[in-house]
This record gives sequence, C-alpha cells and structure tokens, in this order.
Amino acid sequence: MSWGIAIRLVALVVLVVFLVQPELFAGVFGALTQNGQPSIYNQGSLLDITLSHLGIVAVATLAATLVAVALAIIVTRPFGAEFLPLSRSLANIGQTFPPVAVLALAVPLLGFGTAPTLVALFLYGLLPIFENTLTGLTSTPPAVVEAARGMGMTGWQRLVRVELPIALPVILGGIRLSVVISLATATIGSTVAARTLGEVIIAGLQSNNTAFVLQGGLIVGVLAVLIYDGLSALERLLLARSGQASRANA
Amino acid sequence: MIEIDDVSRLYGGVPVVDHVTLTIQPRTICVVVGTSGSGKTTLLRMINKLVNPSSGSLRIDGEDIAGIPAYELRRRIGYAIQGHGLFPHRTVGQNIATVPKLLGWDKAKTADRVDELLTLFQLDPQAFRDRLPHQLSGGEQQRVGVARALAAKPNILLMDEPYGALDPVIRAKAQHDLLAIQRKLGTTIVLVTHDMEEAIQLGHTIAVMAHGKLLQSATPTEIIGHPATPFIAELIGSSERPFRLLALSRVADHIEPGVAEGAPIDADASLRDAYADMLWSARSAMPVTRHGEIVGRLTLDALAKLAARPQ
Ligand SMILES: Nc1ncnc2c1ncn2[C@@H]1O[C@H](COP(=O)(O)OP(=O)(O)OP(=O)(O)O)[C@@H](O)[C@H]1O
Ligand SMILES: [Mg+2]
Repeated sequence: MSWGIAIRLVALVVLVVFLVQPELFAGVFGALTQNGQPSIYNQGSLLDITLSHLGIVAVATLAATLVAVALAIIVTRPFGAEFLPLSRSLANIGQTFPPVAVLALAVPLLGFGTAPTLVALFLYGLLPIFENTLTGLTSTPPAVVEAARGMGMTGWQRLVRVELPIALPVILGGIRLSVVISLATATIGSTVAARTLGEVIIAGLQSNNTAFVLQGGLIVGVLAVLIYDGLSALERLLLARSGQASRANA
Repeated sequence: MIEIDDVSRLYGGVPVVDHVTLTIQPRTICVVVGTSGSGKTTLLRMINKLVNPSSGSLRIDGEDIAGIPAYELRRRIGYAIQGHGLFPHRTVGQNIATVPKLLGWDKAKTADRVDELLTLFQLDPQAFRDRLPHQLSGGEQQRVGVARALAAKPNILLMDEPYGALDPVIRAKAQHDLLAIQRKLGTTIVLVTHDMEEAIQLGHTIAVMAHGKLLQSATPTEIIGHPATPFIAELIGSSERPFRLLALSRVADHIEPGVAEGAPIDADASLRDAYADMLWSARSAMPVTRHGEIVGRLTLDALAKLAARPQ
C-alpha cells in the first residue's frame, strides 16, 4: 500500500518537474531523435497545453456529471419512471457514436476550436455516470428506504438525505471512468484545433519525431493513472465514511 | 386510541386484509400474530399510511387519518422494522435524531434527547453516539432502531417483527426492556410477530390473523383459555396452555402466609419459573422474597389451580 503511494508520488513529482522544466529531460528524449531534431516539444509550453487539456476534460466532465445525475434522479422518481428506457438508449447512443464522427458533425455547427471537442467529451462522459448513478439510486437497501418513508421524510428529503449520500461512492465510480475516457479522447480534439495534448502527438507524427509522440502520450497516460487512482482512493474513503466499507474491498 | 374500522386492502383483486375491525386502547400493547402472509404487515402499514386501504377507515384519537398528510402523520408515529433500516451513512446519534430534525427541534434539545434515549436503552452515549451502524452488534442496532422510532416522543409505536433477527437470550432481554419502557412512557404499541410466545409475553391484547381476516382479538388469558378457532388453539399449542397461563402472572400476586423450605424465589418472577423450580427441586412450597426479605410462600396447590383452564 505505502509502496503504491510512494510510486505515485514519484510519478507526480516527475510529471510536474517535466511540465515546468522540460529541458531537464532533453538528454533522456534526445536518444529518440534523429538528424538534430528538437528533443523537447517546442511549439508551445507543455505546461499550458496540459492545463488546457485538463481544463477541457474538467468542464466536459462537470457538465456530463450534472446532466447525467439529474437525468438519473428524474428517471428514478415515480413521475419520471416512464422515461427510463428512453434516457438509457440516449446515453447509449452517445457512447457508441465515434468521437471523430461527433467532431465532424459538430465543426460545421460550432466552428473549429474547443467547442466541438467539449460536445464530444460531454456526450462520451454521460453514459458511465448515468449508469452508475442509476445503480446507486436503485440499490439503496429496501429496509433503509422503508425506514425513511416511515419516519415521514418527503420524497425530496429521502433523495437528498438518504439516497444520494448512500449512492455517492458509486456515482463517483462513474465519474472516474468518464474522466479517464475523456482524458484519452480529448487528444483527438487537436484535429479541430482544440488546445490539447493531441497537438504534441500530431506534431511528432508529422515531423516523424518519436520524442514528441512519446511526450504527449506519456503526459496523458500518467495523468490518467494518477487521476484514476486518486478518485479510487476517494471512493474507498467515502464508502468507509458512509458505513459501506464492506463494499469498499469488493 | 387507534380505531381500525372495517378495513380491507386488495392486491390484484385479492383481499390481503379482509374487513378487519380492531380497536387498540391508549397506553396498551396490541400484538398482531399470524402465519406468514396473513396480512399483518399490510395492516400495520395502513396505520401510518405506507399502504392505503381499499375500503374502510382508520382513526387515531378520533381523527380520520385519510385527512392527514402522510409525512405529517408518520412523524407523529414511531416505526421500527425488522432489519432496523438504520441509515448506514449516519452515526447512531444522527439516526436517532432523524425525526426531531424533520420536526425542526433545536440542536440542544435534540442532543439531549439522543443521550436520554441511548441511556434508556443501556447504550453509553459517549461510546455509541458517534459510531456508524455497521460498528454495532445486531442487538445494539435493533435497540438503536427502536430508540430512533421513539425519538420524537410519539404516542404510538408500530413495530414489525422487531426481534426476528435476535438470538433468544437477547430477544428475551429486549422484550423485557420494551415492557419496562412502555410502562414508563405510556406509549400505545402495535407489534407484529408470528411468535405466539412473544405475543403472550408482550400483549395486553392479542389479535390473531389468518388469510387477511381477524380471527380473534382478546386478552392473552382469554385467548389461551378460550381460543375462538381450532387454528388459534393450534398456534398456542395445547400442551403448552397451562404453562403459558402461568407465565402471565407474577409470584407477587399469589403469595400466601407461611414458611417453606429451600431456596427462595423473587416476587417479580413469573409463576411459570416458580413452577419449574418447584418441580425441579421436588418441593410442594417455596419461600418468596422481595428485596431480599422473605415475605411469605408459594404453594404447588395454588399453582395447579391457576394453571387450570379459566372459567
Ligand atoms: N405491494 C404488494 N403487492 C402485491 N401483493 C402484496 C403486496 N404487499 C403484500 N402483498 C401480499 O399480501 C399478502 C400479505 O402480506 P403481508 O406482508 O401483510 O404478510 P405478513 O402477515 O406480514 O407476512 P410475514 O409474516 O411473512 O411478514 C402476501 O401474500 C403478500 O404477497
Ligand atoms: Mg410481515
């Protein structure tokens, strides 16, 4: 356990140092270049690009979370139950649509830049969060729901004080999946001029510079692993806090 | 007072509760017994509007509950269920404070009430207040469940098989505690069980249900002595009848003057325990003590008369 934490801490530190002072790593990546190519990406600050990448993922995930959770809440209420199948298929379609196709369709409407990428990531992020929220809200132990009703909680009070807090760790699991998918998918956004790490990879491919490709890929990969693990740890903490520790080890 | 007036509930056209009329007097315990699927839970849940009757009406202290908003009614009625239904993400203290919080009690009053209830149920507030339900034993969880149901001082407490999951020793203790608490608070309790032993032990009145119908509603003595149907007699168990009758009375009420040999029995014990003790020690009389002092004796002859079918 503590070994795992130590390795992740080292990875984080190396990543931050690399983003702030990439020249320190010129020697390492130099081995991958030929004909005097630059060994460190030089068409913009890696730190800025990374922050922009993270920002786009964060905005898209936040929007997806709000919409997916709201949708899941509505379709698990008595008045919204009839929309359950419809919303399920909508979220599924969002997931099966190739992100490149979403970009291609969105560009004529939204123009080049960040907007089409946000739309694609948003649609992509919906399903895991929606499905997990649905699972969380519908798997509250029946005796707990019965007790909440029997003590005179209104529907809204049951949702806010009982169902959502108990479902929170599961919802977070959905967000975690969504974030990781978005982190990887966001690279494609560079093809329509969104400022993401895809830009570094594409520059590398175009100039046949393996060092660039590797830099873009590694940053995305390390970010994904760190965020995934961080959210997993938060989830376990929440499970323990909400008295569902037995599920934390499952 | 709870008045259940010609109430029925149908599911898919089939009556699950079938024209039940039952009045539960204030400050008494009414135990609803019956086999599985006889409609006990459905009847109980109609009292706090978790189920609406298909026909008939229910009144609480003369007021028809049809006119009271469900959430308001439920905050006035304690409800304890099998498997306790404690909120897993809330501490013991927060669980108990649920209804006071819904009712908008202030913090200090709520905190005092939580500690008072924990003490009443013999759970040290310091040690238990901030624990999560999964950190308690089954018996402790069950007590917290009942404490939570009593938090806002309801006049009525509904209990659905509250002791089903407890081992016999803990169950006997919980039943004993419930009787003491009911006497102290004067709460009207409706308790559902399929255990006739429990019904006789706890009930001032016993209501026996089968297939949605109320077969008999009477005092334990009456039910044991004069079961209305063969089914009820079977529930009681014919070979058990005299002992169940004895279990209903205390030694204190049948002390005679005089002396006897051997180990004494406490005046608070049940006649059934006294009888078992006398048979086991092969005596025909035993001394009775109260607060450690001998106050008289109990005779086998007297017990034999009390165990006979009431006239
Ligand atoms: N919501 C419902 N829909 C359809 N049928 C129901 C519903 N609730 C209860 N029933 C049926 O009504 C009958 C009585 O159920 P109830 O829960 O009142 O029985 P019970 O006496 O409490 O039984 P147990 O001792 O097993 O708890 C059962 O046959 C049950 O299947
Ligand atoms: Mg039942």
